[in-house]
Amino acid sequence: MGACTRRIAANSLGTKATGLGTERLVHAAWCMPSATALHRDLDRLGWPPMSESTPTTADARRLAQEARDRVRFEEEALELSDQVYRVARRLTGSREEAEDLVQQAYERAFRSWRQYTPGTNLRAWLLRILTNLNIDRGRRQQRTPQTTSIDNEAGDYFLYNKLESQVPDENPDEERVLEKLSQDSIVDALAEVPHDFRDVIVLVDIGEFSYADAAQILDIPIGTVMSRLHRGRRILKKNLADGAVTA
Amino acid sequence: MTIDWCDRCEEMMQPFLDGTLSEDEVREAQHHLDLCSWCAKRYRFEERLRHYVRVAVAEPMPADLKSKLAALRTPLD
Repeated sequence: MGACTRRIAANSLGTKATGLGTERLVHAAWCMPSATALHRDLDRLGWPPMSESTPTTADARRLAQEARDRVRFEEEALELSDQVYRVARRLTGSREEAEDLVQQAYERAFRSWRQYTPGTNLRAWLLRILTNLNIDRGRRQQRTPQTTSIDNEAGDYFLYNKLESQVPDENPDEERVLEKLSQDSIVDALAEVPHDFRDVIVLVDIGEFSYADAAQILDIPIGTVMSRLHRGRRILKKNLADGAVTA
Repeated sequence: MTIDWCDRCEEMMQPFLDGTLSEDEVREAQHHLDLCSWCAKRYRFEERLRHYVRVAVAEPMPADLKSKLAALRTPLD
């Protein structure tokens, strides 16, 4: 009993109601002979009256930890926003649409941050949310027609052969051939790839996601990621070759 | 005969550059590339093109978007 009184005394000396202090007070509630004296001590510490709903120390710790986890999550997510935007920009048809989609995705991510498993790929997690939202929107604002003919796919050397024939030099090196392509022609050619194929190109070749991450983001098998990637790149190169003719 | 090998090499280009070929296939493609400058040049072009595409379509995030996203954060109590 004597030891108990000393603990209360320590708490009464203007000590803040820290975690440890609270434990002592709770302990004291069982040991103190005078309930009035206890309440006086509690009041001095600004401690709320004891009741069923009083948060315990464990609760307080858990809430504090959760707040810290949430802040860290939000900061890490924001650090990735530039990379998320770059991918979003090419998944969508316009800058406005991309901005809108990124904002929606972050809103949802901040709301459902508890579903993210720390230590896993946060960028992929964010892109998964974004891709789902994009599909939910029905891609209605996108200008890519779904019916683009992909029957007469050209082989992988087709673009090079075509461009090389337009370079006046005899046997030019690959850098000279590449110069035939303008930045704008690449942006346009990519935008015209049907979205099933373009999504994969954007994630793997531009976003530099692994096949496994791309498969998870798009919710398709890895084999489908690989086959769409190969065909998509051929369609992209065919578009570039077609554009190069009119240029 | 040579043209058959070039066709095969064209088929292997994407998986070769992606690193998804088997060891035997890599050896096979590499053997042909060492002998055929025509195919080797097209492989180098493909590598450069992939890099160029990545750079060409990169559009930086609009300056005000980051602050709009930060405003979506849960306020601290």
